[in-house]
Amino acid sequence: MGRLLSLFRTFLPFLVGLVVLAGLQAVMPPVFAVILLYMGVNVVLAVSLNVVNGFTGQFSLGHAGFMAVGAYTAAKITLGLSGFQFPVLGYAVSQQLVFAIALGAAMAMAAVAGFLVGMPSLRLRGDYLAIVTLGFGEIIRSIIENMKFLGQATGLSGLPQRSNLIWVGMSVIATVVMAQRLASSTQGRALFAIREDEVAAEAMGVDTTGYKVRAFVISAAYAGLAGALIAHAIQLSTPRMFTFIRSIEVVVMVVLGGLGSISGSIVAACTLTVALEALREFQAYRMVAYALLLILLMLTRPQGLFGTREIWDLPFFRRLLRRPALASDGGSAGARPDSNSAGGTR
Amino acid sequence: MSAPLEVTNVTMRFGGLKALADFTLIMQPGELVGLIGPNGAGKTTAFNAITGVYVPSEGEVKVAGVRVNDEKPHQICTRGIARTFQNIRLFKQLTALDNVRIACHAGAQSGFFDALFLTGHHRREEARIRARAEEYLEVMGLSHRRDEISRNLPYGEQRRLEIARALATGPKVLCLDEPAAGMNAAEKTNLMGLVRSIRDRFGLAILIIEHDMRVAMGISERMLVLDHGITIAQGKPEAIRKNPKVIEAYLGDAYLEEKHIAVPPQENSK
Amino acid sequence: MTEFFQHAVNGLSVGTIYALIALGYTMVYGVLKLINFAHGDVYMVGAFSGFYLADLIGVRSPYDANPPGGLEVFLKASFVTLASMIICSILGFAIERFAYRPLRTRARLNSLITAIGVSFLLEYGFQLKPLIHSPIEFPPGPSPRFFPTLLERVPMDILGVSTSNYDIIGFTVAFLLMVGLQFIVYRTRFGTAMRAVSFDPQVAGLMGIPVNRIISGTFVLGSALAAAAGILNAAARPKIDPLFGLIPGLKAFVAAVLGGIGSVPGAMVGGLVLGTAEEFVAGYTDSSYRDAIAFTVLIIVLLVRPTGIFGRVTAEKV
Repeated sequence: MGRLLSLFRTFLPFLVGLVVLAGLQAVMPPVFAVILLYMGVNVVLAVSLNVVNGFTGQFSLGHAGFMAVGAYTAAKITLGLSGFQFPVLGYAVSQQLVFAIALGAAMAMAAVAGFLVGMPSLRLRGDYLAIVTLGFGEIIRSIIENMKFLGQATGLSGLPQRSNLIWVGMSVIATVVMAQRLASSTQGRALFAIREDEVAAEAMGVDTTGYKVRAFVISAAYAGLAGALIAHAIQLSTPRMFTFIRSIEVVVMVVLGGLGSISGSIVAACTLTVALEALREFQAYRMVAYALLLILLMLTRPQGLFGTREIWDLPFFRRLLRRPALASDGGSAGARPDSNSAGGTR
Repeated sequence: MSAPLEVTNVTMRFGGLKALADFTLIMQPGELVGLIGPNGAGKTTAFNAITGVYVPSEGEVKVAGVRVNDEKPHQICTRGIARTFQNIRLFKQLTALDNVRIACHAGAQSGFFDALFLTGHHRREEARIRARAEEYLEVMGLSHRRDEISRNLPYGEQRRLEIARALATGPKVLCLDEPAAGMNAAEKTNLMGLVRSIRDRFGLAILIIEHDMRVAMGISERMLVLDHGITIAQGKPEAIRKNPKVIEAYLGDAYLEEKHIAVPPQENSK
Repeated sequence: MTEFFQHAVNGLSVGTIYALIALGYTMVYGVLKLINFAHGDVYMVGAFSGFYLADLIGVRSPYDANPPGGLEVFLKASFVTLASMIICSILGFAIERFAYRPLRTRARLNSLITAIGVSFLLEYGFQLKPLIHSPIEFPPGPSPRFFPTLLERVPMDILGVSTSNYDIIGFTVAFLLMVGLQFIVYRTRFGTAMRAVSFDPQVAGLMGIPVNRIISGTFVLGSALAAAAGILNAAARPKIDPLFGLIPGLKAFVAAVLGGIGSVPGAMVGGLVLGTAEEFVAGYTDSSYRDAIAFTVLIIVLLVRPTGIFGRVTAEKV
């Protein structure tokens, strides 16, 4: 019984999400659905990057490269299996299954890319790491641009449009749940320790390089997921979609929301998506406004919206969710409640 | 049973500078050893060489009989050496409890999978770690501070927290780098008692760098004196106190002349 | 064999441009430990400044029916170059003063983001449709412009290698600028102060060095050099647009890292080495990988010898 209960706890967010999203997908007018889709993808990107830049305090500028790996992997699979149908299942269900496989493969390949990039790079400090990750991102893009197999500069087109609110929404849930569980776990605390003081963390038995690489790999996997989702939303996968400008846009979302704050990343990603869409008519001014916003925000509130804290830690929300008061929780990384707090209610 | 820590003829060279020369120290289980010397004598360098922050230029460091010269600090930590830092290096933005909990996890490898899927194994592990961390906080008298962000703690408590954190790694040898720095007399007396009780309770050997002679001589059962990287004296505190070479290192040869103490001829650094 | 020398000469030509830009990166990194992402765009502004100035003072094309005399050419070219350098110096000063200085006490990540913001501001600001139309059309808008010909190009053939007076003049100017910079950095009090600040800003301040002024001066110098690079490059490769500073900027940064970031001779050597390497690889293999060369070099350097050719390894005291 205990086993079943614990299994239930693990998958509860997904079950609830599935129901809610299916309902939304049915009723949402397409105009809003598109924006929600972009918002969702950006949330996945921002939260996943936060694991490396926020939790672990490493500065990665290569997120777009992993997006590209995921997008192209998934695209190749969906294109290759476009007419395919599993023996027992109907065509529609088969194609959904193909998409699921494509997403899984996208994450796996992106994770491998993350490992290959992370292993050598994570020995480097601060600025150097930023530049190396940027360089790797560009190299990935350059390789893609030169491979006939991947459509070179024109990329792959005619991808089936599989991304909908359900897929994107479930991905968002998966990403946020991943980040939240990581943050309240021992492994997450080790990442925070690395961010706070790498030398001390190492002296306390934390394998800093190992943890940094792991964080990098997880982050890359989810970036790959985002890439696959966006490619199957606009039905296109080209190198120009994954330049380092894209990486910087994600970094901006994370910094704006507050490095280390999951809820901050979510809010920032949603806000920026909406803002950029709303400003789309103003084309060129949009980017200028974006640039000014960046500079202004850095000058006035460099810690971003929430700093390292979470929106669900504000007293208002705590009362709302009937969470115990902070003091008895014990063990927060900058006021992040522990999911296993003794005496906590859920 | 091999000694928990064996440092043999370790030399540290930085470019042309010999920061530590032929440093030898063999610690027995449960020993309290003091490492003293004027500023810049190489004491922290010795610590760094022992804990893997520096790779010894010459010589050997063995922990529980295993040579650890080329191992990374986190590996050496899991073998049983823990340390505190001269300038406190707590995880500033994290709470006291978190600081200790991180150390409790020392050595455990992945478990990322467990964390993400909230397995029973993970939850049990978390509960165990929490219980252990609470225990160490209690030992150092910091239970009431468990949820305080560590950088907000008063200085003395920060030092104690650092010790609690080091203890949480479950070491066989605890290296304390100037734990009494910045404390007042009462706090120092408390600290002396605390260090002894830690040794008694956990049965570990303690190596302590200290500038305050009262504290160093009060705690140590045995002392080493460094000057310019060379070990100029070794022995029991009473002998060290009267050793002319030690006095010369701290107070200069003018003092010796004034007090008519004879300076013994130069010997080897053992 | 002549092909080899041809590539070498071309490489040096490109390399000097990288070197001049790289100097700005390395000096700023030396004193501020900041990667000035906006530097490549200062280079772009330099080229455009030259473009507008040439327009304003009425540069007559040497290919006209009534070509300008040697003195006129010399005066106008010098004016355009020097004035651009001054404009960019002011720009560099302003960027440091208003965007970077307020964040000096903060985490370096914040300054990096601001630098990116300034870079975007310049790039996209210049891509806006013109807001004023006289005396100049500013901003220039996204379409590429053509830098006017300040000087008639005289092709030359030296030992079978085809070059031109542009290359000769380009090398000479770049060389003089670099020598001038070496002099400033190693023989003047400003230069010594700059090096002191790059070692330890706090202690330098305590020794009575006006750190803020030195840092501003560093930006002024670096930006002036970038402007010169912009003009020199535009003379040989006249097509300019608001985004054309991005790639050279990144490559110049790689050059600075290659030479050892923070080291002035390193930036010069790094620029030349990178330029020549790029030319050789592009010349003998597939030139579509040209841009990737820079990044590959970067990664190799950072993984094998992060401090670069001339960099010094500093150990952290624990």
